[in-house]
Amino acid sequence: MTDLTTRIGSLTLANPIMPASGTFSAELGEVFDLSCLGALVTKTVTEARRGGNPTPRVCEIEGGMLNSIGIPSKGIDAFLRDQVPLWRDVGAPLVVSISADTAEDFARAAEKMTVPGVAAIEANISCPNIEADGHAFAMLPDTTFEAIARIRAATHLPLWAKLSPNTGVLREVARAAEAAGADALVTTNTALGLAIDVRTRRPKLGNVTGGISGPALKPLALRMTWQAASSVAIPVIGCGGIATRDDVLEFLIAGASAVQVGTATFRSPALMPRLIREIEEWCDAQGVARLADLVGSLAPADPAPHDLVPEPQS
Amino acid sequence: MTPKVHEALVEVVSNDAANADYRLLHLAAPDHILDCKPGQFFQILCPETGAERPFLRRPMSIYGWDRAQGRLSFLYKVSGAGTRALAGLRPGDRIDVLGPLGRGFTLAPDWRRLLVLARGVGLATLAPLAAEAQRRGLALTAICSARTPELALSLDRFRAHGAEVRLVTDSDGTSDPARVRALIEDEIAGPGVDAVFTCGSRRLTSLLQEIAARHGLPGQIAMEQQMACGLGMCQCCVRPFRRDGRIVHDRVCREGPVFPLAEAIPEAAA
Repeated sequence: MTDLTTRIGSLTLANPIMPASGTFSAELGEVFDLSCLGALVTKTVTEARRGGNPTPRVCEIEGGMLNSIGIPSKGIDAFLRDQVPLWRDVGAPLVVSISADTAEDFARAAEKMTVPGVAAIEANISCPNIEADGHAFAMLPDTTFEAIARIRAATHLPLWAKLSPNTGVLREVARAAEAAGADALVTTNTALGLAIDVRTRRPKLGNVTGGISGPALKPLALRMTWQAASSVAIPVIGCGGIATRDDVLEFLIAGASAVQVGTATFRSPALMPRLIREIEEWCDAQGVARLADLVGSLAPADPAPHDLVPEPQS
Repeated sequence: MTPKVHEALVEVVSNDAANADYRLLHLAAPDHILDCKPGQFFQILCPETGAERPFLRRPMSIYGWDRAQGRLSFLYKVSGAGTRALAGLRPGDRIDVLGPLGRGFTLAPDWRRLLVLARGVGLATLAPLAAEAQRRGLALTAICSARTPELALSLDRFRAHGAEVRLVTDSDGTSDPARVRALIEDEIAGPGVDAVFTCGSRRLTSLLQEIAARHGLPGQIAMEQQMACGLGMCQCCVRPFRRDGRIVHDRVCREGPVFPLAEAIPEAAA
């Protein structure tokens, strides 16, 4: 039997499979027993009550979807009162995703969330829908550092920074989050996209732009996971388009210590427990003793020999 | 929480045109997914075909189910990538369905006479209510609206379950609101009506809402909205409702798809 446990800083997870924020809530417990998951990750909570974006909030694209839900939230007080007790019996560690408009608000939200029953905080510093024009803390190293450092000072809980693909300086952002005290990175949130109905010439989403998720996002998320894991010493959690056993394996090999499954759950609600089983079977069959042995096991590229590549015409 | 929503791979028994616009899909379904209520829906994973690759599941209200026969059926209009892919299914093909989902219609124990007002695919959504009314020994009158008599769906289903059917159509001019209003008022003044039900038309929703409010009749409406997960996780399918003097946003998949008629905002309704 393979040891599927994985360490994310001070937290040990029973296995590497957990939901991605925004694609999970207690209702999934009507499909399978949630206690089998490595961790539970909530939809992002904001300090104050928020409405969401106008509908349509999602649309299909080739190999995935766009969403612009807009983080509707009942606020932290309601979350602490109604949600935290609800999860206590499930058993898997509860990871609370928080978002805020300023570093100071982030810190206050983290402080409020630091209660028994919450195992870790995932700082959603990358949601593209909140900041104007899709700008978010995770676009730049200095705003990332500022937000994570403020949150770090406000809580003793393990702190995960959820990064954004909408940055051109991923390695620098990853290092800034690590330097500011993050215990882990999550790569990645959705990438900002657009879809248009050619018949009406209107955007397909009520909020015009939205985040790309699903298989269409996977190569981007996998590249970021590999870049982040090779830039920092803290664990990286892969997220983006994971839908099959081999997707999970790719992220682990690229350097992820665990993975989050999001949009795929919308197509196959019972996917996560199936992935846990399939990963275990694969590891057993391959003689992998510990899941940790897979993490970051990427072999060097094997390019075609130089002499077989045609010489450029002079 | 006990698992009670099931994903099942089921076999197509038949998938034929019901009229020029709609197709009827019969599935051979295992008993554990057939604990259904009228007004509930399934999330259907439409197959990928050469031309269509629908990514998200499609919510579809249940047209009928039969636990003794192990049958589940859906009536659908071919209108987009998902339903075009469904239209190609042949007997013996298998598709993945998830459900039953959502809150269906509820019937109070003291109701004796029900009135249904529906149009388009709303007729399919409300057909199972006729079966439930018959099971409980309730009288049901169905005012069925359509562009033409040929496009009126489910009339036989309603009649087979003992419903009194009144067909109104655009083609013969009987479907305009004034005449439908008169029909409903006659029904209320004559045999009497204890509760009203609707689906499928903003105009009819407004009309029925106004009449129900004036007569103090309880009503229910089945709503449609684009969905992603169908379980209540993604917050995609919200619609605005009027409740306790303010506007609230509820998930059609979870708090619905059946809502109190008085809370619906017709201009935002399906």
